[in-house]
Amino acid sequence: MSSSTRIASLRRQKRISIAWRMAVSFLAIAFALLPVIYIFSASINPASSIASRNLIPAGANFDHYVQILKNTDGNTPFLLWMRNSLFVSLTTSVLVVSITSFAAYAFSRFRFRGRQPLLKTILLAQVFPNILAIVALFLILRQLGQYYPIVGIDSLGGLILIYMGGAMGFNTWLMKGFFDSIPRDLDESAHMDGASSMQTFLYIILPLVRPILVVIFILTFIGTYGDYLLARVMLKDINHFTLAVGLSLFVSGRFSQNWGPFAAGALMAAIPTLILFYFVQDQLQSGLTVGAVKG
Amino acid sequence: MAAKTARNEGGPLRPLSSLANNLPALLLRLGLLSLLDAWGIWLVYRFIFDGAGTLAAALAIVLLFINIVFLRGAAMPLRWIAPGLAFMLLLHIYPVLFTAYTAFTNYGDGHLIEKPLAIRQLEAQQYLPENAQVFTWTGFRSADGQYALWLQGKDGVAYFAKPGEPFLSPGQVLGLGPLDENNIPTTIAGYKRLGKKELFKALADLQGQKFGPEIGAVQVKSLKEAAQLQQRYVYDAAADAMIDQSTGKVYASVDGTFTAADGDILRPGFPTSVGFLNFKRIFTSPQLRGPFISIFVWTFSYAFFSVLLTFALGLFLALVLNTEDLPWRRPMRVLLIVPYALPAFISVLIWRGMFNPILGIIGTTWNPGWFTDALWAKIGILIVNLWLGFPYMFLITTGALQAIPRDIYEAAIVDGANGFNQFWRITLPLLLISVGPLLVGSFAFNFNNFTIIDLYNRGGPPMSGTPTPAGHTDILISYTYRLAFAGGRGADYGLASAIAILIFIVVAAITLFNFRYTGMLEEVSENV
Repeated sequence: MSSSTRIASLRRQKRISIAWRMAVSFLAIAFALLPVIYIFSASINPASSIASRNLIPAGANFDHYVQILKNTDGNTPFLLWMRNSLFVSLTTSVLVVSITSFAAYAFSRFRFRGRQPLLKTILLAQVFPNILAIVALFLILRQLGQYYPIVGIDSLGGLILIYMGGAMGFNTWLMKGFFDSIPRDLDESAHMDGASSMQTFLYIILPLVRPILVVIFILTFIGTYGDYLLARVMLKDINHFTLAVGLSLFVSGRFSQNWGPFAAGALMAAIPTLILFYFVQDQLQSGLTVGAVKG
Repeated sequence: MAAKTARNEGGPLRPLSSLANNLPALLLRLGLLSLLDAWGIWLVYRFIFDGAGTLAAALAIVLLFINIVFLRGAAMPLRWIAPGLAFMLLLHIYPVLFTAYTAFTNYGDGHLIEKPLAIRQLEAQQYLPENAQVFTWTGFRSADGQYALWLQGKDGVAYFAKPGEPFLSPGQVLGLGPLDENNIPTTIAGYKRLGKKELFKALADLQGQKFGPEIGAVQVKSLKEAAQLQQRYVYDAAADAMIDQSTGKVYASVDGTFTAADGDILRPGFPTSVGFLNFKRIFTSPQLRGPFISIFVWTFSYAFFSVLLTFALGLFLALVLNTEDLPWRRPMRVLLIVPYALPAFISVLIWRGMFNPILGIIGTTWNPGWFTDALWAKIGILIVNLWLGFPYMFLITTGALQAIPRDIYEAAIVDGANGFNQFWRITLPLLLISVGPLLVGSFAFNFNNFTIIDLYNRGGPPMSGTPTPAGHTDILISYTYRLAFAGGRGADYGLASAIAILIFIVVAAITLFNFRYTGMLEEVSENV
């Protein structure tokens, strides 16, 4: 076999390889995108209850969006749900970031008795997911709600309180790891100049650890925004629902008649996390694979 | 490393600031602390009063901890951690411990409120005894529609009685007008005496009210007469029993319900310890054991197949796209992780719509019973979860593949290994070392993946012939939820907690194994 035919055969092999790889990738992308395209198609389909075979259905319009935003049938206060979801997720994320950054700073910078047992306890507590204690959490809120309805059952405040219970755990660990990577000389020189620990933390360290603060904020936001179980158990009134609980109503009601408005609502509900994902995708990929590439 | 450790020994990095420098700060701290204490102690008191003793204890411990931390100079570093720890102790660790405790009680419908509260509610019940003290009465009404009674006993003693307030003797009544021939005041300041006509209209209202103090109130019996009520049940602490004053019947406290010898019971009951009864029920009661075993098996197989399928697809795609001369590699990767960026609750609902037999793109063309057939509902859930989960696996395996050194493959090719051998002998083993812990984590996550199960079909199709609300696709966590909160068959917090404890054990075992594997816990001691 001459060398030229060998190269030709290698080239052909390569072309075949590329071809089937592309084919598989396109199939996989079709699988990944099918539901998204389908829901978009349904959201602009004026016939609410019939599945259309075309991507752009006949007479496509945005009536379903208008309908769900205006809450014309009176049982789907979508904008209220969206507001509740954003309020709960934003508040929780801000609180989680502030509380855990204080804790992570102390764990990273101070040496004190009980530090290691405490770090281990925080990690081990996370082993028991708090969703398994929903009965107890429900009872605590019920008790608290007798004196302070604002943090009782069926209140957004109570829901935030519960999310805060799971705040420490991995977040503190992730953050402490990042704090550890900031040289201590910075703190020490600040101390020399007479800065208190609080000043050092606020003005020197916090600006430097902003990337991890952003990641924790976004991860917490996505987690609380998508929570279904706790919100479902704690919230009762349709006006207090978060999006996860509110949109699930479509399942119980006459789904087929609500299909169009649901599709419009689902797409709009996905917007906040899609935006966040866009900003955080690179950090997320490296963060997720930290464990994977370490070995 | 040695220098690092040396510095870590002993005390904080710098001397703690002295007291005198920080007097305003100290005063502020003490002020805030005492405010917190005042509020906290009030709350502890309320919890105890309402029978929530364990919650009171948890709050007291947290308060004590905060006080120690903010008063002792040596505990200064803990001040930074205190807010987070307080939340964790009260809303994570306490609930977990409380769940463990609840698993050994009969908490649930019929046993909802704590014993002191139940006793108080029972003791508030009143009855009209045969030999009750009887008064003749005259009605009065205030400008804002409040009723009050002028009561006259057989012995000639008179009282003025408003709802919920102590009886007033004539001397205590403000603005008492002159008495008529029956010794009834013609006017009382702020009140109007009811005439015959008004009396008939008001009678129904009057009979529904109690006048005078909570205990021993007076109730209108007829147009003329009113009688004093008596407390019906009296709690005998020594015998731990309720005694019915009207009949003398004794209701002894049995398993959280006051029960008479003839089987009569008083509502409400209260939670009480039942030992291992809940666990015994899970494993021995035939109606409970059936659904439990089937749900237990499905939980494991669901979590296992979810991980297996998503990992297989994710890895396959990662390998397919792991060729540098593939055009459009980066945009294709971004499109592949779209399912990961959508909130799961939305995706599951979309898939539910696609499987819907009336309107769904899949359900209308092919419907083997996506929601009605036990097996196909399970397959549907696995398909949905495959869609939800493969992008994550694709992401992590892509990262891990890039970390495998090229030269291993080159050596293998020299030794004559074909693509098949390379994958099974090199890629997969190396990949599993680095990705293994994440797979275990994914297993633990899916083990408690309530969202997909509940939104797909509420755990349905339902199993028939079970005393508890169980469905064929229910996993342990959704079954627990249904036992505790859903369904018209009554909440059984005790049983739900017992199952939660069993899940705890499984998840804890998996996670601890995972920590072992990754050496996460050891890192604490090695790491700075």
